[in-house]
Amino acid sequence: MKKVMMGNHAVSYGARLSRVDVIAAYPITPQTQIVEELSELCADGKMDAKFIKVESEHSAMASCMGASAAGGRAFTATSSQGLALMHELLHFSSGGRLPIVMANVNRALGPGWNIWTEQTDSLAQRDTGWLQFYCENNQEVLDTVIMSYKIAEQLSLPVMLVLDAFILSHTYEIVDIPEQELIDSYLPPYKPEIKMDVDNPHAFGALVTPDHYFEIRYKLQETMDKAAEVARKAGEEYGELVGRPYDIVEPYMLDDADVVIVAAGTLVSNSRAVINEYREKGIKVGLLKLRMFRPFPTKRVRELLAGKKKIAVIDRNISFGATGIFYQELKAALYGHGNGAGSPNIFGFIIGLGGRDVTLEDIAEIVDYTLEKEKNEEDIIWMGLKR
Amino acid sequence: MIEIRIHGRGGQGAVIASKILASAFFKEGKYVQSFPTFGVERRGAPVAAFIRIDDKQILVRSQIYKPDDVIVLDPTLIDAVDVTQGLKSGGWILINTTREPKEFEKLSEFRIATVDASGIAAKHGLGSKAHPIVNTAILGAFARITGFVKLESILEAITEEVPFARKANVEASKEAFRSVKMQSNVTLKSKSEP
Repeated sequence: MKKVMMGNHAVSYGARLSRVDVIAAYPITPQTQIVEELSELCADGKMDAKFIKVESEHSAMASCMGASAAGGRAFTATSSQGLALMHELLHFSSGGRLPIVMANVNRALGPGWNIWTEQTDSLAQRDTGWLQFYCENNQEVLDTVIMSYKIAEQLSLPVMLVLDAFILSHTYEIVDIPEQELIDSYLPPYKPEIKMDVDNPHAFGALVTPDHYFEIRYKLQETMDKAAEVARKAGEEYGELVGRPYDIVEPYMLDDADVVIVAAGTLVSNSRAVINEYREKGIKVGLLKLRMFRPFPTKRVRELLAGKKKIAVIDRNISFGATGIFYQELKAALYGHGNGAGSPNIFGFIIGLGGRDVTLEDIAEIVDYTLEKEKNEEDIIWMGLKR
Repeated sequence: MIEIRIHGRGGQGAVIASKILASAFFKEGKYVQSFPTFGVERRGAPVAAFIRIDDKQILVRSQIYKPDDVIVLDPTLIDAVDVTQGLKSGGWILINTTREPKEFEKLSEFRIATVDASGIAAKHGLGSKAHPIVNTAILGAFARITGFVKLESILEAITEEVPFARKANVEASKEAFRSVKMQSNVTLKSKSEP
């Protein structure tokens, strides 16, 4: 059934379709209507889940960990400062191999106090062992919640899906809500191999000495190495069932492109609009959408960008003292492997921090700059900065 | 693509109006996108909400700077904010006011329509007399003047999106459809009667 729906509620309905057992969330700013809707669905009996209202985001993740360890399907949502407060437990939940799913609404971190969109909050959690997916529209948001459980439970790793504040979270657009039976056939009930069970006791969170810790870390990385293929299949299978396939990276007009935009989130949608305009004028611009950020889809990125001459990475984030984060990651994926990917010039643009509006003209300016310049002259090209 | 901006005051229902309008267009097979002013809302402060409508998937995700038409929910906003900002020449300005279109001479570059949505809302018991809820009424007037969307679609969307007093909201919308006044030099686009 198609409905006009805001991004926040697309998350809520994704969680409902996934038949989550436990939702634990802190309800105060920077929280969104994601959990407001879920609490109403639970209170009205439209959802058979336990809603736990906790006193902080740290406690929200702790509650999800308990629920997940006991064999429940756990969900939470947060944003910016709330995600930052969870940081310790993000490591704990991935180390504990708990397939929790969390939605993060990309908001800028304060101070200065700001609730508008920026990607730094989620990207700053890149080393926590969580998978990360960035969404382009509200349909993808709903679908990604469901696919996230499919992926998380196969890997025994937590998954974060990310949506831009306001541009998706508070924007209404058409969303197709799949039939529950269809999702039930895609996502069977969660049956963990090991769970907290008084009849079959195990030790959880025990001390691990240097004799074993190293290998446990290796196993986590080994699982991450499998994640790209698991995620790709999950998207493919979803497409077969629901009619909307997804991949971990998605090329658009890439094959013959002289300039390739690399972006994530709603910057992708704006880029598509600009690419369509340029293509009408006969200018060969293409796109590589980074849907999955962790694990970084290195292999696919290398394959798809092999032989490209110029790449424009658009970052709505910054690693202070370094550069835009997608820019760093892309360079790390493409260079130093002697794999014949060629040596494209990579231009790193930073734009729209703290929710400053990104227009089609801004994206066109990025494309023009990249077309015009022979090679990149600086690691950060600031777009729209008032100097 | 059509882009519309709705001006209101915090608490007046501009965001709900944008959602109802988006739903009405969706019912007619259009692609839609609607969103509020991004940020924090204070009751009584000037706010805006936006709608994009197109025959194909809407990819642009920036703010709306050059709307085709504007809806003004509160007559006092005409003097408080520049409701014509970026408005395309010849675009509609639909104002909730008891005044006549010809009284808005300073806006003569645009097509003016007025409707006493506050009076209509109060008559149908929507909100209070001091604080009428005008968002459903004014959408009926919008359907009439622009002809972009059928009144039936607006009424259907109201029935789905408004949680209470559905009948009163529908009646208010119909009455605004009938009673909206337009600049006399403009021909009516919508011929359908409620």
